[in-house]
Amino acid sequence: MPKKVIKKENLSGEVDIRAQGGGGWLYSDTVKDHFFNPRNFMHYGEEEKFKFNGMGRVGSPACGDEMVLWLNIDEKKEVIKECRWRTFGCGSAIASTSVLSEMITEKGGMKIEDALKIKPQDIMERLGGLPDRKVHCSVLGDKALQAAVNDYFRRTGQHSRVVTAGAKIIDKDLNITDKDIEEAVLEGAKTLEDLQKKLKIGIIDKASIPEIEQLLKFYQEKYYGV
Amino acid sequence: MLSKPKKIREIYFDHAATTYMDDTVLKAMLPYFSKNYGNPSSLYRKGREANGALNDVRRTIAQLIHALPENIIFTGGGTESDNLAIYGVARAHADKGKHIISIPIEHHAVLHPLDDLAKQGYDITYIKVDGKGLVDVKEVMRAIRPDTILITIMYANNEIGVIEPIAEIGRELLKYRKEHNTAYPFFHTDACQAAGYLDLDVEKLHVDLMTINGSKIYGPKGTGLLYLRRGVKIKPVILGGSQEKKHRAGTENVPGIMGLAKALELSQKNREKESARLTKLTEYLWKELEKKIPNIKLNGPEIGDKRLPNNLNVTFMDIEGEAMLLYLDEYGIMCSTGSACTAESLEPSHVLEALGLPYEYAHGSLRFSLGHCNSKEDVDYLMKYLPAIIVQLREMSPVHLEKTNIQHPKLK
Repeated sequence: MPKKVIKKENLSGEVDIRAQGGGGWLYSDTVKDHFFNPRNFMHYGEEEKFKFNGMGRVGSPACGDEMVLWLNIDEKKEVIKECRWRTFGCGSAIASTSVLSEMITEKGGMKIEDALKIKPQDIMERLGGLPDRKVHCSVLGDKALQAAVNDYFRRTGQHSRVVTAGAKIIDKDLNITDKDIEEAVLEGAKTLEDLQKKLKIGIIDKASIPEIEQLLKFYQEKYYGV
Repeated sequence: MLSKPKKIREIYFDHAATTYMDDTVLKAMLPYFSKNYGNPSSLYRKGREANGALNDVRRTIAQLIHALPENIIFTGGGTESDNLAIYGVARAHADKGKHIISIPIEHHAVLHPLDDLAKQGYDITYIKVDGKGLVDVKEVMRAIRPDTILITIMYANNEIGVIEPIAEIGRELLKYRKEHNTAYPFFHTDACQAAGYLDLDVEKLHVDLMTINGSKIYGPKGTGLLYLRRGVKIKPVILGGSQEKKHRAGTENVPGIMGLAKALELSQKNREKESARLTKLTEYLWKELEKKIPNIKLNGPEIGDKRLPNNLNVTFMDIEGEAMLLYLDEYGIMCSTGSACTAESLEPSHVLEALGLPYEYAHGSLRFSLGHCNSKEDVDYLMKYLPAIIVQLREMSPVHLEKTNIQHPKLK
C-alpha cells in the first residue's frame, strides 16, 4: 500500500485525494486500506481475554461517532504495549482509529507522554489526508486516547496526572470533569449512585454533589430525553 | 477484508436519486440537438417547427395528467418547479395572506424556499406526520386560517416512500373553499417521486400546482414541469423573455422537453405493471433482509398501498451508513443513506428525525430504491455480501442499542 504523506500546510485547503481515472474514491489509499483491513480492533469474544489497564469512551452514536479504546500499558516503562478499539462511525472515523492504534503500538510501543502529544493532524497526515468535511470524524482518536490514559492514571492512583483539557473540573479531589460525567451518562449511568460507582465522584468532595446531580439531569435530558 | 466476487457486478439501487435514460427517450431527443435546433420563439420555419414540436408534446403531457396544454410550464427540473410554485404563489398573493401549510418531511427544494419565506415575514405551519410519515388530513384542514394562501404537501416521500393522501386533502379543500366562498388556499404537490408509480390525474388529485421531474422517470436531467391550474396567478422566479406564458423566461430546452414528454408517456403507460413487479421485488428484498440480518428496522410504512412500490428504507442497528455504503461500493452495489456522514451534508436525515426516530436510526439507515434494471438476481447478489458486511461493521462497533432504550430527545 503506498503511503502518501501530505505536508501539514496543505491540510487546511481542499485535499484532492480522489483517485484519477475510473475508480474515483473520496478517500486516500491509506484510508481505504485501514477501513477495509482494520488493525487491532476488538474482535468478538476477545473482550474477556484482552488485558487492559486503561479504557476510554468518547462520542455518542447520536452524534454519529463513538469510539472505545482499551490500552495495555507497561506500568514501569509507561509504554503502550497493546491496544484494542471499537468505533461506530463512517469510513474516516474507522480508518482514523485503526491508524491511531498502529501509531501508538508500533516499534515496541509508544511512551504515554508521547502518545498524548498526538494531534488529529498527525492522524490525518498519516492517513494521507481527509476531505475537509471529514476532518471532524478524526478528532475523536486523541480524545479517546486521553480518556483511556486518564482512566489508567485513576486505576493506578495517579490522580494528579489526569489531564482535563477544556473541561470543567467538578470533583477537585479526583480531577473529574463534566466531560467524564457526560461519558458516564452515555455509558448508562442513570443515578448519582451509578456515577459514584463508575467515577468515585463526590465521595471525598461532597460539596460537588449538587453540581453533579445537575449535570446528570442535563445529560440525561440531552441524550435520552428523560 | 471480506471475500470479493470474481466479477463485480454493477447493481443500481438508487433510482430515487436519479435514473438512467431510457433509449426511447434518447431517440426522441436526438433530432432536436443539431437538426431541429430552432428557437421556438422565432418566426421562420425552423422556429415554427420547434414550436410545433413543443406544442405537440405539451398536448401529450396535458393529456397524461388530465390538464390543458396551457397549464404546463416547462422548467429546469423538480427543484425549479417547487421553487416556482412556492415563491410564485407566495409573492403573487401576499396581499391576501402570508400563511403557508406544509409538512416537515418535504424535500429541501420545498423546505428551503419556505425557510427563506419565513425570514421574509411569512408564517409557515408544519403539520406533524405520524411515526410512518403520514399526515392527517383533518389536521391539515384544522390548520387553515383566513390568511392561508398555500398548502404544499408532497405526493410521495423520497426517503421513506410514504404516500401522502393528496386526493383526500384536495377533496376537503374543495369543500372548504365552497363553504367559505374563497379561492384560497391553493394546493401544490411535489410529485417527483410519485410520477413513475402513481396516478397523476390532477382532476382526481384536486391539486392546483404539481411538480414533476424528468430525471426520476428515466428522462433527461435538468428537465421538469409545473402544472398550474387555470386562474391561479403566480409571479415568475426567472425573468427575461416571455416564454411559457411569461411564467418562466429563457429559451425552451427543446430536446430536454422532448425527452421529458417521452419519459412521462412511457412511465405512465407502464406504471401499473412496473409497480406490481417492483412491489414484489421490494417485498422479496425485505424478507431476505429480515431472514439474514438481525436487529434491523423498516423505516416508513409497511410495504403496501401507503408506500412507493420501489422504496425500502432500513436501519441496521449499531452501525453507520457511510461505512456500509463504502463497503457496498466495493462490491459494485449503489444505494444511499440518511446518515450525517454522507458526502453532501453533515446533518442526519430530517425525514427520519421527523418520524420521531432517534438520531442513531438515521445514522444507520440505508435506502434502496429499485427500478427498471433490477431483478431478483440483483437482490440475491446484494444478499450474498450484505450480511457479512453488517457482521464485520458490528464487530467493530462499540454501540449496542438494543441494550439501552434510546428515544428521540424531542419525543417526550
